[in-house]
Parts: sequence; C-alpha cells; structure tokens
Amino acid sequence: MPIISISKLSKTYTSGFTALRDIDLAVERGEIFALLGPNGAGKSTLINIVCGIVTASSGTVLVDGHDIGADYRAARRVIGLVPQELTTDAFETVLNTVNFSRGLFGLKPDAGHIERILRALSLWDKRDSRLMTLSGGMKRRVLIAKALSHEPRVLFLDEPTAGVDVELRQDMWRLVRDLRQQGVTVILTTHYIEEAEEMADRIGVIRRGEIILVEEKAALMRKLGRKQLILHLQQPLAAVPPDLADYELALAGEGRELVYTYDTRAERTGITGLLTGLSAAGIRFNDLHTEQSSLEDIFVGLVREERVQA
Amino acid sequence: MSAAFTMNWPAVRSIYRFEMGRFWRTAGQSILAPVISTTLYFVVFGAAIGSRVSAVDGVPYGLFIVPGLIMLSLLTQSISNASFGIYFPRFAGTIYEILSAPISPLEVVLGFVGAAASKSILIGLIILATSALFVPLRIDHPFWMIGFLLLTAVTFSLFGFVIGLWADGFEKLQLVPLLIVTPLTFLGGSFYAIGMLPPFWHAVSLLNPVVYLISGFRWAFFGKADVNIAVSLGMTALFLVICLGLVTYIFRTGYRLKS
Ligand SMILES: Nc1ncnc2c1ncn2[C@@H]1O[C@H](COP(=O)(O)OP(=O)(O)O)[C@@H](O)[C@H]1O
Ligand SMILES: [Mg+2]
Repeated sequence: MPIISISKLSKTYTSGFTALRDIDLAVERGEIFALLGPNGAGKSTLINIVCGIVTASSGTVLVDGHDIGADYRAARRVIGLVPQELTTDAFETVLNTVNFSRGLFGLKPDAGHIERILRALSLWDKRDSRLMTLSGGMKRRVLIAKALSHEPRVLFLDEPTAGVDVELRQDMWRLVRDLRQQGVTVILTTHYIEEAEEMADRIGVIRRGEIILVEEKAALMRKLGRKQLILHLQQPLAAVPPDLADYELALAGEGRELVYTYDTRAERTGITGLLTGLSAAGIRFNDLHTEQSSLEDIFVGLVREERVQA
Repeated sequence: MSAAFTMNWPAVRSIYRFEMGRFWRTAGQSILAPVISTTLYFVVFGAAIGSRVSAVDGVPYGLFIVPGLIMLSLLTQSISNASFGIYFPRFAGTIYEILSAPISPLEVVLGFVGAAASKSILIGLIILATSALFVPLRIDHPFWMIGFLLLTAVTFSLFGFVIGLWADGFEKLQLVPLLIVTPLTFLGGSFYAIGMLPPFWHAVSLLNPVVYLISGFRWAFFGKADVNIAVSLGMTALFLVICLGLVTYIFRTGYRLKS
C-alpha cells in the first residue's frame, strides 16, 4: 500500500480558479518524491490539501490508509509539514516553539528527541533565542525542527531551498538522506529541475493543475537529455555503415534518412565526429534538422513559463 | 468510541500554555493596567461622585460599582484576549500548524477560549482585590459570584473567538468591542441600577444583554438584582449557546480558516 494515495483530486478556489484537476498520484513508502512544476502550477495547493490546510473540492486522499477527512487524526499524525512561507511566532524561543509543535500532535515531551533534532539542524546553541532575532535561514531550520518534532513518517517540504544559503541547502539534503535511511518518506516541491534531479528517487511533473508525468528519476533524466539529428541523404542506404557502428544510428524513410540520437547533456554530443565519419565513408546529405523528445518540449515549456513570470 | 478517550489533551495543553505565555510575558502590563484603571474608577466614581450619591438599594455607592467594574473588564478583556489569540496566527500565517495537526475543533476552542477566559478571570480577581483597598467588600453568594465570573468569561471569550475568526483586518478586530460591547456595558448598569432610570429607558435597557450579566453578578454580591436572577442566568446561558453554535458552524464550514 502506498503511503500517500490520491485519486481524482480537484480543487477550485472560491475565486472560481481551478488549481488542481483530477489528480491521481501514489507515493511509495520510504521514497523521496519531487513534485516539479513552475510557480502557480498547484504544488502548494496539493500539499496543503493532503495536510489539512486547504479543503479539496472533490476526490479522495489516503495517508497511510487513513482518509484525510473521515480519519483526519490518524492521517495527520503521520505527517510533518514545512510550509513554503516563513511563518513563526516572533516572541517565542526556539525550544518552546518546537516543544509546542510536538504537543499539538498529542505526544509527551521528549527532551532527548528534541535535542537531537536541534543539534542536527545546528539550532542547539540558539535554543533560547527568540525567533524574531533569527535570520531567514535559521527560521527555516526552526520550521524543519517543528515538522520533525513529532517523528513523522512522511515529511512534506514545500520549496525547501527557496532563498536558502548553500550551507543550509547541504544540511537539508543530508537530513533528507538520513530520514530516508530511517524509512521516512519525503515529498518535496521545487521549480528547479536540477534540485529534483539531485534529490529525488521519483519525479512528478505538475503543470496548470495537472500531473503530466511521473517517472523514476533515472529514467526521466535519460529521456530528458535526448535529442535526434536527422540527415536527409542524397542516396538511400540499405544499412548503417559498419565504420559508424559506435554511433547510435538508425535508418528511416526507406533509407533516405539517417537518425542520430545523442545526449545534449553529455560532455560531447559526438556530432562533429559523426559528420567527419560520414564524409570519410562518402555519405552525402542535402539537408538536416534536429528534434527533441516530447518530454524535452515539456521542460522547455516549464522553463519558458518560469521566465515569463520572472 | 467515547470522545474523552480520543481527546488530544496534550494539544489542548500546548495551545493553552502558549496563549498564557503571552500573558505572563507582558505580566507587568497585563496586571498593572487593570489595577490602574480600577483605581481611577474609584477615584472618579467612588470618591468624587459617590460622596454626593446616596446608597443604592442600601449599598454604599463605592461598593455598589464593584460588580459593574469587574464585569466591564471581564467583558472587554475576554473579547480582546480571545479575538486577538485566534486572529494573530491567522494574520501571521502560523495557523497552518494548528490546521495540519491532529486536533479537533473542540480542542482548538478549549485551548484558545480556555486561556482567554483564564486571563480575564485573573484580571477580574485582581480588580476585586484592588477594590478591597478602597471599600470593605461584601459578597453574599461567593459560589454564585464565581459561577457568574466563569460563565461570563467563557461566554465572552467564545464571542471574542468568533470575532477573531470573522475579522479580516485589525480595524474589524477592534470594531465590535469599541462600537458595541463598551457602550452596552456602560449602558448596562455598571455604575447605576437600571431601576433608577425613567420607565421608558428602563424598558429599553432590558434589550441590552449586558444588563442581565451585571444584574446577576451584582445579586451574587449584595443579594439584590435589577432583574430576576433566573432570567439573568438564562440569558447568559442563551448567549453561551449562541456563541457555541457560531463556533461550531465556523469549524464545520472552514469559514475564514481554510480556503
Ligand atoms: N486562496 C486562493 N484563492 C484563489 N486562488 C489561489 C489561492 N491559493 C492559490 N491560488 C492559485 O492557485 C494556483 C496554484 O497555486 P499554488 O498551489 O500556490 O502553486 P505553486 O505552489 O505550484 O506555486 C495559482 O494560480 C494561485 O494563484
Ligand atoms: Mg507553492
């Protein structure tokens, strides 16, 4: 049984804006799942519905088998949430606010557990500081500590590295890996492909309220960088010349097109070598063009949407 | 399953302690303010005016105003504490934590309203103690006095909680106390017995719910009331039920809490 299973989930805000349409998604126990999409795609809406902050318009969500509506206590007990916005109680101390969170989840105080978390997040020395005296990065650490205070089985990190310094980013990734070691499921949102690639086991891409694809990271990245160079030959070929066997070549269009598949992200695409090889083999062409996978289109689209908004 | 078994008491305690924390952090201000204002009321009403006003219903004027003074603070403090208590996390965004925790609406209300009521009861008792410095106190029915204190504090903290949920700006937060509660309290017989009014204004006063609170509370002190004590109790309980209904409705619909 997946730890989170979402089916037919839709959300239309009172403004009339539909932020999510018919979302189906299963997150497996113990994985790191990245929800990747541009600003306004509906990432926070999705997370906030699962956590009980926004009400769904229709559909069901089960957390560890518990319905988030009918059995909200059992569902929420499992979840830790680090929200996108930095919201903290200015006058509270770090230690108080973290203990407060643990209490909200119905757990007895556990000084040892809280100390471990605060140390792991380099907050121990600041435990008696008021939150308003902390920097933005420190406040984000506090929010993470609060989310971990009640030993959740699932941790949601909504845009965890937005506006975060390098040191915290590294600490955070180390923490996420440690959590996965302990069997905690981590679901994070981001609009950086690189970030999803660095951290996640699986990636779901969300755009305009729809999940357009969910893939293992490795498979996704393999597909992602692929591009094809298509050469229109003067003379059709019956087979790929053996001299060029090292290249990933295929024939199409009754032997009139030679298709070369390469990785745009590799250090060398091999195009120069291929063209030299073709020339040496006496193969001539009168036109050429390149094509990218539909997935690539999606990501170029993602990046473009980002730019428009920026 | 019985609710008592599944109640998340640590959460109630956490919210309660968190809310009381703000009170203690500003303890000087929280305690000094009512002491000062009570003293001022005694100087103005008790000494300056009281010396020219004969006893009301056989109770010296200085003593007569004690229940009204306490009620005045109890109402305004309950409303402002409770409304601010829930409004602030909504405003600051920290409400996310309450919404995403395994807490029932009842537990949220117990924590916030419990703390707000505790604070105003504390202030009520401080005013009572301050009064004792100016007049020899007399409380005929101490249990009823405590009963009315509790009932009023809880009811108006609930009312404040509703205001704190309804308000979408700091202005609105202060609007209801300023425009409705304070006038109703002053006109509700805090400083006079409504029986002293001409018949027309007496009849109008009976539309003011605060009259019943003050009258009942004063009865607990001096055994004399403007209106029947059972009516006072009934009206207070009715207002409590209305506030409870509003809070239940708000949580059921997620109004102003969730989008
Ligand atoms: N309370 C709301 N009322 C109306 N529209 C909203 C509300 N919250 C978010 N939206 C809209 O829903 C869309 C998705 O928002 P969000 O889930 O925050 O996206 P993301 O986290 O992917 O950036 C956005 O267009 C946003 O403007
Ligand atoms: Mg977001």
